Amino acid sequence: MSQTMTGAEIVLKALKDQGVEVIFGYPGGAVLPIYDEIFKQNHIKHVLVRHEQGAAHAAEGYARSTGKPGVLLVTSGPGATNAVTGLQDALMDSIPIICISGQVGTFLIGTDAFQEADTVGITRPCTKHNWLVKDANDLAKAMHQAFQVATTGRPGPVLVDIPKNVQMSPGVYVPAREAKRKSYNPQTRGDLSDIRKAVELIEKAERPIFYTGGGVINSGPNATRLLREFARATGFPVTSTLMGLGAYPASDKQWLGMLGMHGSYEANLAMHGCDVMINIGARFDDRITGRLDAFSPGSKKIHVDIDPSSINKAVRADVGIIGDCAVVLEDMLRIWKSGGSKIQKGAVKDWWKQIAGWRAIDCFRYAPSETTIKPQYALQRLQAAIEKKDFYITTEVGQHQMWAAQFLKFEEPNRWMTSGGLGTMGYGVPAAIGVQMAHPKSLVIDVAGEASFLMTMQEMSTAVQYRLPVKIFILNNERLGMVRQWQQLLHGERYSSSYSEALPDFVKLAEAFGCKGIRAEKPEELDGAIAEMLAYDGPVIFDCMVEKHENCFPMIPSGKGHHEMLLGEAETEGAIDAAGAMLV
Amino acid sequence: MSVMQKPETIERHTMAVLVDNESGVLARIIGLFSGRGYNIESLTVAEVDHNEHLSRITIVTTGSPMVIEQIKALLTKLVPVHKVVDITVAGPSVERELALIKVRSTGEKRVEALRLNEAFRGRIMDTTLESFVFELTGDPGKIDAFVELMRPLGLVDVARTGVAAIARGPEGM
Repeated sequence: MSQTMTGAEIVLKALKDQGVEVIFGYPGGAVLPIYDEIFKQNHIKHVLVRHEQGAAHAAEGYARSTGKPGVLLVTSGPGATNAVTGLQDALMDSIPIICISGQVGTFLIGTDAFQEADTVGITRPCTKHNWLVKDANDLAKAMHQAFQVATTGRPGPVLVDIPKNVQMSPGVYVPAREAKRKSYNPQTRGDLSDIRKAVELIEKAERPIFYTGGGVINSGPNATRLLREFARATGFPVTSTLMGLGAYPASDKQWLGMLGMHGSYEANLAMHGCDVMINIGARFDDRITGRLDAFSPGSKKIHVDIDPSSINKAVRADVGIIGDCAVVLEDMLRIWKSGGSKIQKGAVKDWWKQIAGWRAIDCFRYAPSETTIKPQYALQRLQAAIEKKDFYITTEVGQHQMWAAQFLKFEEPNRWMTSGGLGTMGYGVPAAIGVQMAHPKSLVIDVAGEASFLMTMQEMSTAVQYRLPVKIFILNNERLGMVRQWQQLLHGERYSSSYSEALPDFVKLAEAFGCKGIRAEKPEELDGAIAEMLAYDGPVIFDCMVEKHENCFPMIPSGKGHHEMLLGEAETEGAIDAAGAMLV
Repeated sequence: MSVMQKPETIERHTMAVLVDNESGVLARIIGLFSGRGYNIESLTVAEVDHNEHLSRITIVTTGSPMVIEQIKALLTKLVPVHKVVDITVAGPSVERELALIKVRSTGEKRVEALRLNEAFRGRIMDTTLESFVFELTGDPGKIDAFVELMRPLGLVDVARTGVAAIARGPEGM
């Protein structure tokens, strides 16, 4: 039996039927009827953020750490426009989030009404799909389709824009099974003849490599399990993108570390020198490939991706397989096993010898200091303190993010939340809040830079309100470190606006928010201070004063190939030419 | 420049796209092209199934083979899109366009315009003592040729529909 209820009631019922437990949001005039319904029920917990961008990133953190969709609720006009950064972030990193936005009444649309914005127009390019629902009878369908679109195929953000009068009008509720749309059927099963071709390449490979990405994590625990099984059965080396960290355990001997611009020397040289590249759920991002015409010139490339437009977009695949990572891996593994689990044993052994030579370079080494805290050292000490704990890491964007990717070790998927594609400074604090809401008993740390932290630090107030014991571990170099590094290497050491002259006292700031503030300035203070942070049962802002001019290495300068990687300061002189500077 | 991709050959393709006729669908398709700097040479759209509310869009585009492949994949990915067929590669096809052409002239020029219209099998949709509106259908090249001929004969306005295309033979898209 279909039921009639108000639009606002339909929204809440659809959320409940979709299994939503938490939503992140900020009220305003155009969503008051929905907030009224939230007030009247006990199934769904609402987290009041301090800015709508925070709601979007919190929903992302929730989604990335659970594998479930995240939901945010914002008002019309500025509420929706503030969420745009988070929507684009989720689009680029394939994160399923559902944004419900209020809109002015249908009779006011187009009149420049108070807090009116063309939300579906503005968000059309930064969502996977969006809906403006002008009739309460269409609302349940749109809500259910929103969840379907966000979570299936290549996941991504969606938005449902609901005018205020629609929230208050009666409409018929339909369950999810009656809301499917005919036009949307993403392919999950890969073409078997293509998978056979891939297996043939794998059987003959002499210098193979698994290059995996966020798609493995999005595909779910089965994809991770199958990747591990396949990698161990073949004995092939494994690298992954920033987004894919944790799909393969960092402690495993076949793990080469992250690849790309600040990835490991061994991962990048193995990518450059491989003869068969097995790309599972990664998209040949420009931060991965470096100069395209120098990218892995001698390899046959297998590319598994659920998004047909990812295949042959940047790099031509010799075998392109459209499908879900877990489904394709299962078929691939089965076909490879039924063919006798063949590999070129001798050649692969020699390949590992070559890789061992690259590993011996020890590319993440840095000059230690007894007087100042090196950011890498701070992360090594953090890693040592948390490695036995049940931890989740979020980051901001910049040098600290790359160092975190290099020095923190992820053994499981969904433990690492970072803004990869869009590179959104300010992502980490609200994302940590979303993660902590989903995992109240776990340790959640935002590895931050002081500049990124300042972009969304108001969310510490949210953390305090909901007693979320997130730890903000700021590597404070009083610089926009990555900008400063590029200016040093590319722009003749002209440090244009990459220095903050008026930073707050982060310990006092923490206290003002009602958090604990801790500062560490000397290497010998670090372990004790980290222990104090971890022991505190509440949100902490940790101000770790680090070396101000440390650069992040290794580094593939823009415009260069993987084989032209810089290992340290000594190699940077004139390394980047004008054409490279343009490619930044 | 060494860091840039080598220029590839540019091809012209006609694509037929079957979509749900809902608000915003055209904006999604146009946004997909404009946001990436792809070309639209012509685009026609109309509802073709009133019960199912399906519209058929015909897009003529140009690009390198990699770009054409991207366009097809990106169109297929859109939620309201049911089917995308690259008419150019799918097999033999018919492409037609309709144009309304206004010409203003008198005397010899008016007679010549009328004669050329007959030669092109055009129809006269409107006439005054000093003007004609011709209706012409055909492939875009034929219409281009006719418009060029009308230019010295008093061409005033041209309205073109853009290309509608369909595969030859008994099969549907």
